[in-house]
Amino acid sequence: MKVSGKVFKYGDNIDTDVIIPARHLTSADPEHLKEHCMEDIDKSFKDRVKPGDIMVAGKNFGCGSSREHAPVAIKASGIALVIANDFARIFYRNSINVGLPILECPEAAAKIKDGDEIEADFDTGVITDKTTGESFQAKAFPEFIKNIMASGGLVGYTESELRV
Amino acid sequence: MPMTMTQKILADHAGLESVAPGDLIEAKLDYVLGNDVTTPPAIKVFEKLGVKEVFDKDRVLLIGDHFTPNKDIKSAELNKTMRCFAREQEITHYYELGRREMGIEHVIIPDNGIVLPGDLVIGADSHTCTYGALASFATGVGSTDLACAMARGVTWFKVPEAIKVNLKGSFKKFVTGKDLILNIIGKIGVDGALYKSLEFDGEGIKALSMDGRLTVCNMAIECGAKNGIFPVDNYTLKYISRTNPDRFIRSDYKIYTADEDAEYSDVLDIDLDEIDLTVALPHLPSNTRKASGCKDLKIDQVVIGSCTNGRLEDIGAAATILQGLKVHKDVRCIVIPGSQRVYRQALDNGWLQILDDAGCVISTPTCGPCLGGHMGVLAKGERCVSTTNRNFVGRMGDVESEVILSGVPVACASAVLGRVGTPDEL
Repeated sequence: MKVSGKVFKYGDNIDTDVIIPARHLTSADPEHLKEHCMEDIDKSFKDRVKPGDIMVAGKNFGCGSSREHAPVAIKASGIALVIANDFARIFYRNSINVGLPILECPEAAAKIKDGDEIEADFDTGVITDKTTGESFQAKAFPEFIKNIMASGGLVGYTESELRV
Repeated sequence: MPMTMTQKILADHAGLESVAPGDLIEAKLDYVLGNDVTTPPAIKVFEKLGVKEVFDKDRVLLIGDHFTPNKDIKSAELNKTMRCFAREQEITHYYELGRREMGIEHVIIPDNGIVLPGDLVIGADSHTCTYGALASFATGVGSTDLACAMARGVTWFKVPEAIKVNLKGSFKKFVTGKDLILNIIGKIGVDGALYKSLEFDGEGIKALSMDGRLTVCNMAIECGAKNGIFPVDNYTLKYISRTNPDRFIRSDYKIYTADEDAEYSDVLDIDLDEIDLTVALPHLPSNTRKASGCKDLKIDQVVIGSCTNGRLEDIGAAATILQGLKVHKDVRCIVIPGSQRVYRQALDNGWLQILDDAGCVISTPTCGPCLGGHMGVLAKGERCVSTTNRNFVGRMGDVESEVILSGVPVACASAVLGRVGTPDEL
């Protein structure tokens, strides 16, 4: 599967409090969450983001709280993929569980710029910056994540296990 | 193959002889935890799974603490959703506000004697790692993981490598576990232990009370760690003999010790005598400084409480330091005992009277201001010294407000002085 879109670039340690501030956690409705996604560091994000766009960030993306509302808010905003140098552990797990595609690629995270048009292929892990012509190789998904994804996420996987 | 404490707990719960870092395992869970923010989305997933009953009503812990007492209509709905589910499923460890067992999840779960050494716990709250203080493996997950775990009582883990934290010496006056963990985070950074365990060891662990160890493990997540864990010693045994005498007498718990030749990705040697009263300035817990070097920072509010520093020892320390003193005229000092039990004990000990006389406001147990929920949200431009765990942008209110993290002694001194200060100035 391939995605392509415009890049929203952020820095290191983007925490779940800025992805979706706790004051908005009184509802877990994706339609509500997307209205407030990133608002504390990028007020215009929700108006500028278009379905298929891609978020690129630095180290430790999604650090902080365990709120699954964070990957849900990003996914609901239309973002098709998050590329980062690396991800905080709970965010990584939550993203897989809710079906928000993520790729770890330090080189791409460093070189891709805000506003670039990029393309990414989940199967091969190849990321191409169409604005600069540069290509990057992301780490492939580990086997166990492929298994969960093959079941349509953790819910599908658990459903199939419960039937056994 | 030699293993760390964490690896042994994981191996045992997965029914394996041994595990190695990077192994993917499916492990049996002793306890599964959710709160009023993370449980309602999990209930939706649970219902979607078509499961009728949770795997074990004694092992699913549902605690409403984030926005309680309900701060608005939406949070009332969240808590109602969780309450209805808990009643329907006859969940043992669900409590209503005001009951002696009730309070902030990570304060009451150890204090009510639920988690014991050797247990494996996941919780849909990042500070679930707190219970590592009791030599258990505990880590945070999201709502989907919570739902699937409530259904099956198992979940998957990637076995982590560990950083060994070797402690020696003892603390200087007023220095606590909070200063220790802030120093560790400052040293290795907010991603310094990403995906790893922090395993504490060395003769210096004796300098940490159980409340202090709970504070240290609570903030393991703030350097990215999967879990923090202390070995069992006499303090641990004394603690569980009080919190769960039945299981203590029957030795119904399991002590895991790291193999002497266990491998660690890194070893941090820390001399506790060298740790000073510490603060973390905005906007990362790793942005640490000596508190004594930040005395020009004026403040508007102090918060003493949370799952990090809302325990009995913390409220006692606050009362000892603030006895006979007055909170600065320009400061609101909010004290939040972490549980109803802590509240009552502080009341019986006369501590709440001392704090009230000092001009503090005393709140019912809640996470409240820590995450900018209620009971002390900050306005634009306001600054707060807080014993909580995060100082991210907008964490306690307006995006232009600031949170400075500290232990209880610095928070108390700052409340009196109206600026960042240390207790020796009082």
